Amino acid sequence: MKKRLPILWATLGLLAVWQICAMLVNRDILPSPWTVLVAFFTDITGELGKHFLASFWRVLASLILSIALAAPAGLILGQSKNLNRIFSPIIYLLFPIPKVVLVPIVMLFLGINDLSKIVMIFLILFFQILVLVRDQAASIRPELVYSVRSLGAGRRGLFRFVYLPASLPAILTAVRQSIGTAVAVLYIVELIATTRGLGYYIYLYGTTLYDYPKMYAGVVAMSLLGLGLYFAADWLHRVLCPWQFQGEKEPA
Amino acid sequence: MISVEKITFRYEKHLPLFQDFSWQVERGHTWVIIGPSGCGKSTMLYLLAGLQRPEVGKILINGQPVTGPRPQTGLILQDYGLLPWSTVRDNIQLGLNLRSFYGPDGKHAPAGALPVKSQPAVEHWLQRLGISAIAGKFPGQISGGQRQRTAIARTLVLEPDLLLMDEPFASLDTPTREDLHQLVRAISTERTLTTVLVTHTIDEALFLGEMILVLKNGINQTPLIFENPFTGQLTPHASQDYQRLTGRIREELKGTLA
Repeated sequence: MKKRLPILWATLGLLAVWQICAMLVNRDILPSPWTVLVAFFTDITGELGKHFLASFWRVLASLILSIALAAPAGLILGQSKNLNRIFSPIIYLLFPIPKVVLVPIVMLFLGINDLSKIVMIFLILFFQILVLVRDQAASIRPELVYSVRSLGAGRRGLFRFVYLPASLPAILTAVRQSIGTAVAVLYIVELIATTRGLGYYIYLYGTTLYDYPKMYAGVVAMSLLGLGLYFAADWLHRVLCPWQFQGEKEPA
Repeated sequence: MISVEKITFRYEKHLPLFQDFSWQVERGHTWVIIGPSGCGKSTMLYLLAGLQRPEVGKILINGQPVTGPRPQTGLILQDYGLLPWSTVRDNIQLGLNLRSFYGPDGKHAPAGALPVKSQPAVEHWLQRLGISAIAGKFPGQISGGQRQRTAIARTLVLEPDLLLMDEPFASLDTPTREDLHQLVRAISTERTLTTVLVTHTIDEALFLGEMILVLKNGINQTPLIFENPFTGQLTPHASQDYQRLTGRIREELKGTLA
């Protein structure tokens, strides 16, 4: 892919800026990238890796849960004008609420276990996917539906051969757009009442043990988690929706 | 083949497009419906396809009342009928996939139909329509003419006995359009297909239609029908009879075009 080389250059550039800042500041609270990378690679096979997996599992579970619930709901709302008329004002009100303020409430109700953390991230992804899938399903041209119905499709056939494939790019776009927020909220929920996860790791080494290289290694791990999921969604989009990445129609 | 019996149809909060309207189509004939925008010509096609239902009256095809899309009726629209996420080959395969998805239930697929060996049929129509070379491309990557060929192949692979086409060539340039005119003529004669095609171009109507149904704006009550002896003739334009016929059709359409 042509995109790769510029991304490599950008990474090197950012590392260089970091290095220069570290040299200028010259204090413990900003170690050089090299020190941090050493800490990262020594600990990723041990303690850091364990926390990384805990965080990864929470995001993954939320992703699966939100896709499994939001995609069908979005498809149904997108197909049915009547249902959408009822639910759209509710979604309109709930969608812009910053879900992170619900953290204490969710924890009170669901406890301080993994479930409450997964539900928090789920809430963010759910609305994003719901809205994008609904709009995608609603924007399918009636001509396309007529054509496919005339080929023999009933409700089930339309769902399987039209609405489902049409909503796939919307799901992947929603995941890509909301993964940053999801990981940010993951950090916040992992600060509270847990001893597993990257949020806990970063906080522990930053404010209790004052091991700054390890704290930065945690930050790097969390960034890689977000980046990795973003790239994965991007890659899946290219593999599963190739028609969106082919050259435009040749000029007549 | 088709018998439209005293139908009335209106869209919600509009005047009826058809009232007490009757019309017969014989098997194997090619009809063209011509008229201005909004006269109800596409609606008539959707009624025949079972995608709309008349308020009053009924439509019979082979003596059976039309209550929904009928597996042996093929419908081809001007554009947007292809799945953008499927290649040309997969689009042609779509109807066959739907048939194996539902099984031969008589509603979504012809009852008692043996499972079609789909691959050879798809390849046959890819070749017949000259689109084998682009079989792996997506609709967004091919020309309008190629898209229309794909739509035609997708319908014919299901071996319909009735072919409905809604302004299938309206967005194409002249050479492509004339090419496809020939192709549709050839296919509907070699397969004895009953064909109903909607257009707003008089020349297209007279090249393709053995019979012409003129619809007008306002309420259509009695069908206005012309027999056309010039079907399939490439250069009839100089003949006086041709000019007289186009003159009469133009006259009929005149009052309604404003």
